[in-house]
Amino acid sequence: MRLADIVRELDLKVLAGPALEKKVAGGYASDLLSIVMANAKENQLWITLQGHQNIIAVAVLVELAGVVIAGGVKPDPETEKKAKEEGINLFTTPLPVYELAGRLYKLGVSG
Amino acid sequence: MEENFEQTISLQFELKSHDFVQAGEASSEIRRRLKKLGFASDVVRRAAIAAYEAEMNVIIHARRGRLQVEITPRQILIIAQDEGPGISNIHQAMQEGFTTAPDMIRELGFGAGMGLPNIRRFADEFNISSCAGEGTSLKIVIYAGEG
Repeated sequence: MRLADIVRELDLKVLAGPALEKKVAGGYASDLLSIVMANAKENQLWITLQGHQNIIAVAVLVELAGVVIAGGVKPDPETEKKAKEEGINLFTTPLPVYELAGRLYKLGVSG
Repeated sequence: MEENFEQTISLQFELKSHDFVQAGEASSEIRRRLKKLGFASDVVRRAAIAAYEAEMNVIIHARRGRLQVEITPRQILIIAQDEGPGISNIHQAMQEGFTTAPDMIRELGFGAGMGLPNIRRFADEFNISSCAGEGTSLKIVIYAGEG
């Protein structure tokens, strides 16, 4: 599924969307950066509650399709800036992590 | 490898204590260079993750430190050296989940106790030496050939 379709279906807010045509290979959810580094796979969509800019470095290093900051968490302004600089797709949603993961699964985006 | 390079490429990065703004810049640059040189994506990924964990360890725990990288077509060597508290019990530090990071840092999602275990997992060679009260030194090698 393309990121653009997911954004539309789940009404995600796009903070940075340089590559919305990207196909999403699956999803991963965790707030521990090292766990994400070790386990998330290329082109997965990462769900987190962390809003600081270091999440963008993780997304770059693992080559994730994008990051969704869930639970209505407001990211730091630097995070958005960094996402734009690094070409990382960054979204927010008021949906809690569990709800968002469930909805993604329903759309066919599995783990 | 699409591109051949004859000489060893050396990179060096100075790291500062608790500099969470610059955190990840060194490993991102290492990743960019390796990609550009045409290393296989698995090799780039493993080197980038190992470099990131080493970089974060210095930023979280040490007073200052340095990452040195030597790239040849055969392998990527990453040396991380810091001046800091050192590790009194390396065996314990290598256990998944063991951490000495303060709560403030753990709340940011760092300090999960997975840094050194991740490095060991993604590296082909890994050596750690440390002197309590002085600092820690890591030697990480990623082979370019296999994988």
